[in-house]
Amino acid sequence: MQSGVAGTYDEMFEADGTVRPAYAGFRQWFEAQDRNWLKKQDHEAERFFRRTGITFNVYGEDAGEERLIPFDMIPRIITAQEWRKLSRGIEQRVRALNAFLQDLYHRQEIIRSGRLPVRLLQENQAFLPQMIDFTPPGGVYTHIVGIDLVRTGPDEFMVLEDNARTPSGVSYMLENRETMMAMFPELFSRIPVRPVSDYPRRLARSLAACAPDCAADRPVVAVLTPGIFNSAYFEHAFLADQMGAELVEGGDLRVVDGRIAMRTTTGYQPIDVLYRRVDDEYLDPLSFHPDSVLGIAGIMDVYRAGRITIANAPGTGISDDKAIYSFMPDIVEFYTGERPILGNVPTWRCSEPQALKYVLDNLAELVVKEVHGSGGYGMLIGPAASRKELALFEAKLRARPDNYIAQPTLALSTVPIFTRAGLAPRHVDLRPFVLVSPDGVDITPGGLTRVAIQKGSLVVNSSQGGGTKDSWVLAD
Amino acid sequence: MLGRSANGIFWMSRYLERAENVARLLDVGFRMALTRGNVSQEEEWHSVLTTIGQDAGFRARYDDYAGPQVFNYILRDKDNPLSVLRMIENARTNARSVRTSITREVWETTNEAWMVLRDMLARPVRERGLREALTAVRRQTMLVRGAMQGTMLRNEVFNFSRIGKFIERADNTARILDVKYYVLLPSVAWVGSSLDNVQWEAVLRSVAGDRAYRWLNAGALDPRGIAEFLILDQRFPRSLVFSYEKLNSNLRWLAREYGCETAVHQLVGEARNRLQETTINAIIDQGLHEFITGFIARNIHIATAIARDYRFVE
Repeated sequence: MQSGVAGTYDEMFEADGTVRPAYAGFRQWFEAQDRNWLKKQDHEAERFFRRTGITFNVYGEDAGEERLIPFDMIPRIITAQEWRKLSRGIEQRVRALNAFLQDLYHRQEIIRSGRLPVRLLQENQAFLPQMIDFTPPGGVYTHIVGIDLVRTGPDEFMVLEDNARTPSGVSYMLENRETMMAMFPELFSRIPVRPVSDYPRRLARSLAACAPDCAADRPVVAVLTPGIFNSAYFEHAFLADQMGAELVEGGDLRVVDGRIAMRTTTGYQPIDVLYRRVDDEYLDPLSFHPDSVLGIAGIMDVYRAGRITIANAPGTGISDDKAIYSFMPDIVEFYTGERPILGNVPTWRCSEPQALKYVLDNLAELVVKEVHGSGGYGMLIGPAASRKELALFEAKLRARPDNYIAQPTLALSTVPIFTRAGLAPRHVDLRPFVLVSPDGVDITPGGLTRVAIQKGSLVVNSSQGGGTKDSWVLAD
Repeated sequence: MLGRSANGIFWMSRYLERAENVARLLDVGFRMALTRGNVSQEEEWHSVLTTIGQDAGFRARYDDYAGPQVFNYILRDKDNPLSVLRMIENARTNARSVRTSITREVWETTNEAWMVLRDMLARPVRERGLREALTAVRRQTMLVRGAMQGTMLRNEVFNFSRIGKFIERADNTARILDVKYYVLLPSVAWVGSSLDNVQWEAVLRSVAGDRAYRWLNAGALDPRGIAEFLILDQRFPRSLVFSYEKLNSNLRWLAREYGCETAVHQLVGEARNRLQETTINAIIDQGLHEFITGFIARNIHIATAIARDYRFVE
């Protein structure tokens, strides 16, 4: 009999080991398969990923070292009913994020109303003065958003993080599905899984809808990558390829006649929409990092003249900052006038003396994160930390309390992974991908499920050894 | 198409072509060395290194031309920036940087070529494993070429890859001729000895032309005929004239597609016409060596002009 981790919600099995309805069809299929054949398929999947070059580079290791993100064949399954609620909550949250950004860079009503302390902007590098009083083409700030969700119970989905800068991972959502369909085609004729494969088409359409006024009927879209040594290069190339867009680097671009143009074999050709996978600070050496070679000198001037769309808009990082995060329930309410459908994980802002005291007193039970960190770097997981690590973090917290937030160690839900010894529960999260254009908010039914491969681990980040699963949203 | 992508596909193609040709040259060098005495063996390996322009690099690290030392240097030495393994790696890096311009099949065969050869060349190659390694190099590069031929749109990307290939092929065939030209010169001492026969056959074999030549000439080998075959035979896919015929037509395709010619079209057109109009007797009268040296220099000049006219770099 199967079961999950005690005290944790397992997506596949009830506490008594019976299979949940969402997984009934999959379970039936799974039980009928020969274990050795499944093991072989598992091995095949890895070969497939290597051969197709679905790899990522890990910073800090040998340059050019390419690694695979482990793939697990047991899908994460979400029922139609669960998805309906999730997508309503996601849409509400994403609309609020855009309204929030529009407000922060214009009248700052939320600060005037006293709901958000002004110091959060003043001391925040992610807030870009270059964006003040400027409205991006189509009024869209966050063209692509990844909302990280975690689950702790049957009806307890929470937002762990909003990714409003340049969320990555969507290529894994697509390739994981391709892999599953190639390995187990019969599953998809038995179980009504909603397709995700049209994401690139939807992305292309959504980006084109945000083109500036100077664009022609068919706007020219390009994907800007830092280059082949970037950890997500595969994804950049993949998306450009699937959208039929050019994949450009900073060195291919320059300002020509007041527009951003790419160097083609026959001369410079203007670009209308730049889906950039380069961080704000590297985007324009004239406005930000003077020594950046990844960006384009003068692009911010062209942008402010309304002659190119940059997706996502520069300066969106202010909205997914971890210090801002704790205010999100208020932010959602302020801009939508509704109660947030999706909750936050309770968060202590260490900048507040009361909260800091609580965090220091309970450090061994909490997760502490850097306000500006990402990718699972520089965080403390209290229950898993040694005395030495705890002492180190205590010193860090005392020295710079405003650099940290703390959250309870959540019992993240589990989904089994396939191991040599059989099914074994592992913690997961879920990142659905959301597109925003003047035409509306478009959520692809699925997402990226990240899974902690190590037993008991709560860290799902691929940079920390996490793996991925195919994520199924069931049709009604 | 981006200038940088044109550059990437051009060099991807050049590296694959060169890796294949070097493998063939090594194969012949090995065969020649096996059938000869110690001194001549060293000479043979020396000439292989000279042909591919790696003699100086090799001499900087090694004192003598022992076979395994030479072929391991050429195949996989970490200090050799132009080892076969490095060329495949470069081809793959270029393919990766232009991934949106090539088909999935082309990318996968290139990636697989790199994975297979990286594993195969992870440890030093021994004499008895050499043939297998060389066969793998040829087979893997041919798979990529097959994927290109079979799956790629006949667009600018495809034409730039062909242009890279034929620039490289012309260069490689010319270099083989350059190092071995003296074997093909009519000489008073020529008696058509079996040693001469072996040498001539080796030249043909290193451009995969031995069987084709024998078939066309009913088995008879003669040096003038071989030189003519490698330079002027329009049917032979590794001859200079064939390479320039293709180079010219691929460049003409670009001119039509883009609606304009560049300086390079005239350069290549003229070079091709010269090859088509000349005869082997005229070349030998003028001096085979001078002819080849001039050809190689012009070929380099043309490659530079292509990069300039099509904005490969800023």
